[in-house]
Amino acid sequence: MEKQKEKTTIVLFSGDLDKAIAAFIIANGAAAYDHDVTIFFTFWGLNTMRKDEIVKVEKGWLEKAFGWMMPRGAKKLGLSKMNMMGMGPEMIKHVMKKHNALTLPQLIELAQEQGVKLVACTMTMDLLGLKQEELLDGMEYAGVAAYLGDATQAKVNLFI
Amino acid sequence: MMADIVVDTKGLACPMPIVKAKKAMDGMQSGQTMEVLSTDKGSLNDFTAWVKQTGNELVSHEVENGVYKFLVKKL
Repeated sequence: MEKQKEKTTIVLFSGDLDKAIAAFIIANGAAAYDHDVTIFFTFWGLNTMRKDEIVKVEKGWLEKAFGWMMPRGAKKLGLSKMNMMGMGPEMIKHVMKKHNALTLPQLIELAQEQGVKLVACTMTMDLLGLKQEELLDGMEYAGVAAYLGDATQAKVNLFI
Repeated sequence: MMADIVVDTKGLACPMPIVKAKKAMDGMQSGQTMEVLSTDKGSLNDFTAWVKQTGNELVSHEVENGVYKFLVKKL
């Protein structure tokens, strides 16, 4: 008989490169532990899942302004410390390559391949003016209740 | 003891060693063994925990010239 799988849930609230990397390493590790893993993206964390190209969608001027000011996808995120106007992320990426660590886009791809459930918070998408078409394919869309539904059964719950 | 499969993760950083081991494990039958090679310094603690939590058996482990070798049996 198949035993009930353990669960891990992560809320990615931050839109910083270093924090997103940490979240995805934990998510991939948990998936390797055979857990059902959910990452719930809210506020700045949503930017991690933006497509890097410009997507034509109907928006008001304020939503457009948000769209232009926020990083467009995993490759554009800054560091939470030592960002130095974008020099920090380049330095980190160089060091990661040297140590053979996966890049954030690779970690996202691996998470998708391992069946990690990627959920975007629809309420904060509205606040930041982000549309479904602007986020990576294969995401699910939900609110706090769906997150809590997963989190209630999870022994590992993280807010990053 | 010869393992049924060898998973070489030398040079790969966390979390790749356990991700690769998990993928290999999924394709194994119960009773089969897998040898995992790793150069990640955290891998001794990682594999001890992972094998235990996933309900399998760490038959043996050794370190030689910075290469960790784990023999894991699928239960």
